[in-house]
Amino acid sequence: MINFVLLISRQGKVRLTKWYSPYSQKERAKVIRELSGVILSRGPKLCKFVEWRGYKVVYRRYASLYFCMCIDSEDNELETLEIIHHFVEILDRYFGSVCELDLIFNFHKAYYILDEILIAGELQESSKKTVARLIAAQDSLVETAKEQADSISNVIAQVTK
Amino acid sequence: MAGSSSSPGLVDTLLQRSLDDLIKALRSHPAGEPSIISRALEEIRREIRSTDPDTKSVALQKLTYLSSLHSIDMSWASFHAVELLPSTSLSLKRLAYLAASLSFHPSSDLLLLTTNQLRKDLSPSSPSPILSLALEFLSVAASPDLARDLTPEIHSLLSSPKPPIRAKAAAAALRVFTRCPDSVRIAFKRLVDNLDPSSDPRVISSAVGVFCELSASDPKPFLPLAPEFYRLLVNSKNNWVLIKVLKLFARLAPLEPRLANRIVDPICEHLRRSNAKSLVLECIHTVAVSLADYDHAVRLAVDKMREFLSCDDDPNLRYLGLHALSMLGPRHSWAVEENKQVIIKSLNDPDPNIRREALHLIMGMLFDSNVVEISMLLVSFASKLTPNPEFCNEILGAVLLACGRNVYELVMDFDWYVTLLGEMARNPHCAKGEEIERQLVDIGLRVKDARSELVRVVRDLLIDPALLGNPSIHRILSASAWVSGEYVEFSRNPLEVLEALLQPRTNLLPTSVRAVYMQAVFKVLTFCFCSYLESLDDGQILSSLGNTISGDGCQEESDAATVRFVTNDNTMVGSVDDDGATDCMPGSLMGSVKLNGPFTHESILYMLNLIETSLAPLSECGEVEVQDRSRGILCLIHMLREFQVLNCNEEALRKDCRVIEIANLMTGVFSQELGPISASAQKRVSVPDGLILKDNLADLTAVLGEEVEVSGSVTTSFFHRNHHHVETGDESKTSTESTSLLSEHRKRHELYYLPAEKDEIQSNDYPPANDPQLPVSQGGASEDLVEFTDQPFLSRQTKPTKPRPVVVKLDDGDVQHNSAPRPTVDLKDDLLSGAVRDVLFGNEDKPKQSQMRSSKSQRRKKDPLTSVESASHLKESVNFVHVEHGSSSSKSSRRHSHSTEKQSSPGGSMDKEERSHKNSMNSHHHHRKNKHRQREDVLSNLVPHTPVIQDFLL
Repeated sequence: MINFVLLISRQGKVRLTKWYSPYSQKERAKVIRELSGVILSRGPKLCKFVEWRGYKVVYRRYASLYFCMCIDSEDNELETLEIIHHFVEILDRYFGSVCELDLIFNFHKAYYILDEILIAGELQESSKKTVARLIAAQDSLVETAKEQADSISNVIAQVTK
Repeated sequence: MAGSSSSPGLVDTLLQRSLDDLIKALRSHPAGEPSIISRALEEIRREIRSTDPDTKSVALQKLTYLSSLHSIDMSWASFHAVELLPSTSLSLKRLAYLAASLSFHPSSDLLLLTTNQLRKDLSPSSPSPILSLALEFLSVAASPDLARDLTPEIHSLLSSPKPPIRAKAAAAALRVFTRCPDSVRIAFKRLVDNLDPSSDPRVISSAVGVFCELSASDPKPFLPLAPEFYRLLVNSKNNWVLIKVLKLFARLAPLEPRLANRIVDPICEHLRRSNAKSLVLECIHTVAVSLADYDHAVRLAVDKMREFLSCDDDPNLRYLGLHALSMLGPRHSWAVEENKQVIIKSLNDPDPNIRREALHLIMGMLFDSNVVEISMLLVSFASKLTPNPEFCNEILGAVLLACGRNVYELVMDFDWYVTLLGEMARNPHCAKGEEIERQLVDIGLRVKDARSELVRVVRDLLIDPALLGNPSIHRILSASAWVSGEYVEFSRNPLEVLEALLQPRTNLLPTSVRAVYMQAVFKVLTFCFCSYLESLDDGQILSSLGNTISGDGCQEESDAATVRFVTNDNTMVGSVDDDGATDCMPGSLMGSVKLNGPFTHESILYMLNLIETSLAPLSECGEVEVQDRSRGILCLIHMLREFQVLNCNEEALRKDCRVIEIANLMTGVFSQELGPISASAQKRVSVPDGLILKDNLADLTAVLGEEVEVSGSVTTSFFHRNHHHVETGDESKTSTESTSLLSEHRKRHELYYLPAEKDEIQSNDYPPANDPQLPVSQGGASEDLVEFTDQPFLSRQTKPTKPRPVVVKLDDGDVQHNSAPRPTVDLKDDLLSGAVRDVLFGNEDKPKQSQMRSSKSQRRKKDPLTSVESASHLKESVNFVHVEHGSSSSKSSRRHSHSTEKQSSPGGSMDKEERSHKNSMNSHHHHRKNKHRQREDVLSNLVPHTPVIQDFLL
């Protein structure tokens, strides 16, 4: 099971955090500090696994961003690397060659995509196409709803003022 | 620009900063982040109370951003997130759910407020996006109450017509089951139904993932699902599913012997065929964990491991290969032997994780037969690891731990081990001083036969002035000084030891260690002086005094001394032991050294002078321990010098009974042998009658108030004792009773003087020590590794040349009990697996009171896993069989009828393809693996309780 997902930039800035096991706010900050220290200091030619407090942290670097997932000691590291890659590919498809800035300004969308892929720390959807389709459908729903709401609220605002 | 214009008086809705504004502000002023965040939080607190849902949602979104990326606490805003959950607009709902799932815990108070909304959103008629949001939230935040209340919704969603929703419901069910075990009784069957081959692949994948997670704590209840999993193992093309199924089988196979027999061939097939490394890795794990009996499977897995290990360009695979090898364990040590070269090369890998894994693997393969080779290899390797002190110490620590485990269980040859300890101490990066110190002293106490070698090793350490400059081994030097003092009778040249103990550079030592050094000086002096007096007693030797004495003469002398001691009075009993030990030493040892043996008058005088000049400055030392001991020794010397005879001739000295008396007294002090002390020794001392240990002494302060205050001056007088000489002189005259007191005191405190570490107070008059020279050039490490690989790694044929010496062990409390207490299953897990068991074995009608189950589960926990367990298992299985037969009754579910068909009529619903596959496999099996067949038969004969599950498998 995946216990949490972290996205950390090379400078140590957090870009996304998702916790599938309960961690208090204090623990979360501590975990992020600890792990970013460990992972960012590792060279590019080293293996992508870190043993940490009885868990394993699997990470992978894409450009300036480290994608880290913490898994149980019995879990399969290579599978987790594949999940990370899967996530990145879907992000890439959604944003059109994704970059760090996309994730910074659309952080909630990154969460929506992640929620389609992982639930309760388990891989949900292994098809990239399906995820893209689901997210697009949601987006269009939201868009049409917004347009309606906007027009209505405009009308109401004009009436009340 | 938007940031500067927000002022509290304006309408929030119009001038609210969007999330983009906030992010831009944060990015443009990286230094002022805290102030920007605190200002933004102020705005958010105001905006979030707005009645306009849009304003509220933007505020919530900003807060979510700050919370998840800047670790800002947002628990105070939980209520606002809950407020937004019912909104009809999907975008608002999404934001609300995102905020909620990022900020809620299963223990959050406000979860109760979400129950109704979740129930609404989880109704099967809700649109998919909303269902997804609600399921995701439930999977993160399910509390026991929430899980219980929403079980019916999950139950109905598990058969939703939309596959993505069904898959998500399965994942959410995982959390619901673990938080509320009772829900298993309601919804578990639906989950099992989703394994049906006709289900959507993603639903199957999701369901298998749930079973895989649930079986982690107690796989036993999942045995009845083995046929379903087997079908997936053989038919599924989806690697994600296969990995989960393999994990499940790795847990199930140890519980059911015949299962391993069935799965071994499909797994080997995957191992051979698959291109996906992740799947291959999982197959390797499964083989290593559950199929270690099947040699061909292990062979195949080891071949794959070797492929992993030889991937020079992929550190991931090398790491995993090493890890997999260590999973195979000592049982298949040939696998390690085969890959020896790679493993040893990995010790020098640039990646610390790979190095650690290699070390871990090697230490896992340690037996008493190869401990010598491997430890020596590792220690000499560590000494060449100059650029990497951290890993060097990891190696040393691992060797110390392995060799010291269970009172040196693995060590046969203590002379070798003691030498190895000395070698470790000389490692320039050694930071394991504490452990080496402990082991040096401990071996001295426990292993009599190792003492002479021990003394030789520590002499080399003490004599080397370079070592004194390395603070990390001061502890080792402390132990060395203690050993050389305590076992001085084994020393070839006590004078040399004395010189080493008094060398000027000892002022680099911390005072606590210096105190130990001084005590050692005291012991050596006592020993030398007494043996000198003994030698005087022997007339033969008088003529040779002053000359260099040959080895023969020395041997004679020591024999003579022994004779004299044996015929001596009672007070010398201890000395007889000591001397007896001396006698045991090989003659060559004594004879080979020139300076050794009988002390001449000159050497004794030289010794006294040396001690006097070295210790004189220390008698004014600020540290009481050092001051105390130096004064003690100086007093003794002073006292000896008072006998004028010492300065004129030996004849007079021999006659002087007072000197003899002092000598007797002195040997008496150190005569008793020290031994290891049981950890529970203190507890075994019975409290004498009338002694009240737990009395409250607070009342005493009122009575003794004044005296207590005076105590400060007492300590100062302790520092400046002027009548010390006189006191000691008197003491020496009061005879044997003080001896026993002293020896007792010494026994009690001597060992504990060692560890205390204090800062060096003394000024350092001597130039600072040079750092120890690095023994080998830095580049040499990898080349040297190659030669190591030529050495046998796991040779078992080496036989100990001499019998293992006796190691003193105490009956209790001495050995640390390494066996960890058996992991007790969490009560909740137990409830969960109990529930799963009930469902799968068809016992739903059982009363649901948790108490009953918990008491039952507790009983089960206590039972040893053997006969009693199997009996209860049998009972449950009988129930199951009953249900199977009566499955025509209305209560049987879809799956049940399905599975019954499968078992009762072979030509029923079972896939023909699958069956033919099985048949072909069986015949295949029959041809090649007769042995296994036989074994299987034998097993089924031997184990009477297993046939019940047989039905599933065949």
